[in-house]
Amino acid sequence: MAVLELTNISKHFGAIQAVNDVSLSIEPGQVVGLMGDNGAGKSTLVKMIAGNFRPSHGTMQMDGKELILHKPVEARQHGIEIVHQDLALCNNLTAAANVYLGRELRRGVGPFRILDYAAMYKRAGQIFAELKSETRPRDLVKQMSGGQRQAVAIARTMLSQAKIVLMDEPTAAISVRQVAEVLNLIRHLRDQGIAVVLISHRMPDVFDVADRVIVMRRGRKVADKTIASSSPEEVTGLITGAIEQVL
Amino acid sequence: MAVTLDQTIAQKQHTLLSRIFASQTFWVVIAVILACLFLSFATDAFATQKNLYNITRNITFVAIIALGMTFVIITGGIDLSVGSVLCLCSMVLAVTMHAGYSIEVGIAVSIATALIIGAFNGILIAYLGFPPFVVTLGMLSIARSLAMVASNNTVVFQFGPDHDKLLALGGGAWVFGIANPVLYMILLALITGFTLRWTKFGRHIFAIGGNEHAATLTGVPVRQIKVAVYMISALAAGIAGIIQTGWLGAVTTNLGTGMELQVIAATVIGGANLAGGVGTAFGAIVGAALIEVIRNSLGLLGINAFWQGVFIGGAILLAVLFDRIRNFRRND
Repeated sequence: MAVLELTNISKHFGAIQAVNDVSLSIEPGQVVGLMGDNGAGKSTLVKMIAGNFRPSHGTMQMDGKELILHKPVEARQHGIEIVHQDLALCNNLTAAANVYLGRELRRGVGPFRILDYAAMYKRAGQIFAELKSETRPRDLVKQMSGGQRQAVAIARTMLSQAKIVLMDEPTAAISVRQVAEVLNLIRHLRDQGIAVVLISHRMPDVFDVADRVIVMRRGRKVADKTIASSSPEEVTGLITGAIEQVL
Repeated sequence: MAVTLDQTIAQKQHTLLSRIFASQTFWVVIAVILACLFLSFATDAFATQKNLYNITRNITFVAIIALGMTFVIITGGIDLSVGSVLCLCSMVLAVTMHAGYSIEVGIAVSIATALIIGAFNGILIAYLGFPPFVVTLGMLSIARSLAMVASNNTVVFQFGPDHDKLLALGGGAWVFGIANPVLYMILLALITGFTLRWTKFGRHIFAIGGNEHAATLTGVPVRQIKVAVYMISALAAGIAGIIQTGWLGAVTTNLGTGMELQVIAATVIGGANLAGGVGTAFGAIVGAALIEVIRNSLGLLGINAFWQGVFIGGAILLAVLFDRIRNFRRND
């Protein structure tokens, strides 16, 4: 069964039709590359799944049940996690503090509860080990490489039982070696049965790690096919409009 | 031998000692200790019980407000209204007690005044997006003006039936001959330090100062916390005002004039960063101590009081210079 299913989703801002009648479904453990030029509607689509916007039309279903989101926090409660493009990290805090930001572990009774540093360091360390990332929970994020920063942002998504992780341009501004690290992190998520939606401009990354590619142009879905049955040339054509549509 | 991933992850990069040496607060403590040692040998008057009693008590008023200011500065904000809020809260206390109400009522009204002003500042900043500098600059003017209105710009020195209780509260020394204000300062510093390090609230304050946008995205209640920090800052000023009223035994409308700058200087000397994200309770106290020791020593060494500003200003620049030098080295 699909973990997430969108049916005839549209979103307009006044007269501007940002997303137009898009349907798609995502299976558990699947990596889906979401591609399209600037203004194609990728971000708007993702923001609807993340609870930032409500769709103007259409329905979203999660595990077969209707999904209505009013706030980003609700998306998280449903197991939808987002890795933001700027990673949303606080440089002055440690890796563990960033992983647990907004959902800190505490110990104690009633109103007298203090931060549980030991438990947070321990669990954050376990997650970094699972991700095979050389990231120390006690280090400040300020001192970290781009790949480690990605690992911290991705580790957040593994705190709770995430079902689907949305990643917005995770490989946009980092070095070649770090891109490889991030793609490995995505594979680790997939191996745990988590569905990943990878929003990216970088063709090689999508063809390297994704199972399926969805292309959007001017608010519409113009392609949705397996990576094996497509090619970078075809996707480029779909993005620019040289190829009208393949469904 | 190969280092495994788990070993790398478990490794601590900094030892406790290296962290201490890297902190600005540590070097300011050293400066305070050296200054005290020097003064003990250079003058007869410094290391007397009377002088030490005076110094420790003088530190407290700036230090208590600096503790509240630390919360604001960690979030990346600033509160310029604290000097005026101190004056207004003192005046509200004085006028209420002068009118014949008990000390309990006076303190309650005074604290309520502080919290209302803090909430007003905070709501304008957090919900309406006003710059903190502008809001609190406006409040600096408003609060002092209100203090003048409340007292009709007179000096209040009679505090009604509980007059003696108020003077004992601020001027007494109930435990081991330590001035009462010092005890309040220590208690408040412990509460501040605990809050910053061990509570979710404290953690979120640092997160807001580090990256406000990230804090919002991860579900930190940024607006409520910002209102809370300005309320804490005003509350600290109010508490300092109440204690200072008891100590001085009289309230004038120029009480606390220019104090906001001393308070900000103390927090910055103690290691807080005006850009946000960095600050400690201990640093606020140590910064206030350094300023007071400089002031006291100039008097004892017979240096003209007009030079005070030069030395305090120099201390601010020197403290921040150390921080810059460390950053240059790190960036190389």
